[in-house]
Amino acid sequence: MIGMSTRHILLGLLASGPSHGYDLKRRHDERFPQARPLAYGQVYTTLQRLVRDGLAEVEGTGADGGPERTTYRSTEDGARELAHWAGEIAPPAPFVTNEIFAKVVVSILSGGDAEAYLRAQRAAHMERMRELTAVKTAKGADLATVLSADYALNHLDADLRWMTTTAARLTTLTAEVDAA
Amino acid sequence: MSNGDSAVPLLAARDLTKTHGMTRALRGASVELGAGEILAVTGTSGSGKSTLLHCLAGIVRPDAGVVTYAGQRLDQLPEKRLSELRRSDFGVVFQFGQLIPELTALDNVALPLMLAGTPRGDARARAGAWLERFGVRGQGELRPGEMSGGQAQRTALARALVTGPRVVFADEPTGALDSLATEQVMTALAHTAREAGTAVLLVTHDDQVAAYADREVRLADGAVAVAGVTA
Ligand SMILES: Nc1ncnc2c1ncn2[C@@H]1O[C@H](COP(=O)(O)OP(=O)(O)OP(=O)(O)O)[C@@H](O)[C@H]1O
Ligand SMILES: [Mg+2]
Repeated sequence: MIGMSTRHILLGLLASGPSHGYDLKRRHDERFPQARPLAYGQVYTTLQRLVRDGLAEVEGTGADGGPERTTYRSTEDGARELAHWAGEIAPPAPFVTNEIFAKVVVSILSGGDAEAYLRAQRAAHMERMRELTAVKTAKGADLATVLSADYALNHLDADLRWMTTTAARLTTLTAEVDAA
Repeated sequence: MSNGDSAVPLLAARDLTKTHGMTRALRGASVELGAGEILAVTGTSGSGKSTLLHCLAGIVRPDAGVVTYAGQRLDQLPEKRLSELRRSDFGVVFQFGQLIPELTALDNVALPLMLAGTPRGDARARAGAWLERFGVRGQGELRPGEMSGGQAQRTALARALVTGPRVVFADEPTGALDSLATEQVMTALAHTAREAGTAVLLVTHDDQVAAYADREVRLADGAVAVAGVTA
């Protein structure tokens, strides 16, 4: 199985010891604070598939005073699969299906105002970057928070660089069209 | 924290024009800086960022337009008053060449304090604390020619802040730094400015650096293209 997936993340969390679905969700959201929170449904479906594929197994069921919970643990196959995935090179994906890219292209094709769109998109990106920078530089921010904020910042920065270059090219392009 | 929308800005430029020879570097640029506000000025190369900073810092006089600082017309102030004001209220950091080559890092940072009458020992002690803050205490006895570009830039930042100015003007202060050093320097600058209530005019082409500011003003062809959303 190639690529980033919930199953590998859950396997990774199980690597530190048996855990139940609720706990896995909580730890995921803590570890990856800038990621979209996992839905419970997704956690349970994924756990069932891991069991089906022999990568995890049920350790036991207990109530512990609260609602009844099933505890899962990783199998040896699961550990092997995790090690394999962690060492695998991720495909250097060119995200050319990105919404920003699509909107600029559609805007040019349909005679819309791509430049105005890019200006507004820039303002939104910068706003988000200021938020992430504040999160990252807050006193007492832990390493997981800093790293995930950094990851998001660098991707937003890449978008911004592309938008800046594109805006400059639009001006040139428009000038060329007008001169023709 | 942003005071950019407060009624009376600390520093304001209105309709500035400035021509260098044949080049119109500024054509009607207006910008406001609130007390304690960190404002990023961004824009493509040649859009007039440095020229705007020079006009606001009273280093260059605009051809037309108005610059006001704390209620007075900066663009009309006599040269002597202007340089007094710059020494007492402003700190500046440029990308290159602002340190005195003959002095050590420590003495470079101590110098503005000594010029203001602080005894040498005292000045050097305070200078040392600022070098520490920017992570270059160990380079205190080096002269600018013996420091890396990044170390010199951090020393220059320490020198700009050592006198407790009300406004710091920084032109590409992280231009010579890698991303980790940029983060350290910007964090130190932003924390210091916020603690001390220092306003910062931050010229940069690096959007990750601009994100340390409360707000962004973007220049295009010598005028403001878009004022970013106020934080
Ligand atoms: N001293 C000068 N003599 C002649 N032209 C100048 C001078 N200073 C600036 N200019 C011109 O004015 C314009 C604006 O320059 P400025 O230095 O303000 O741009 P900038 O936005 O700071 O660019 P960069 O990001 O490259 O530093 C440019 O076209 C530049 O060539
Ligand atoms: Mg410049």
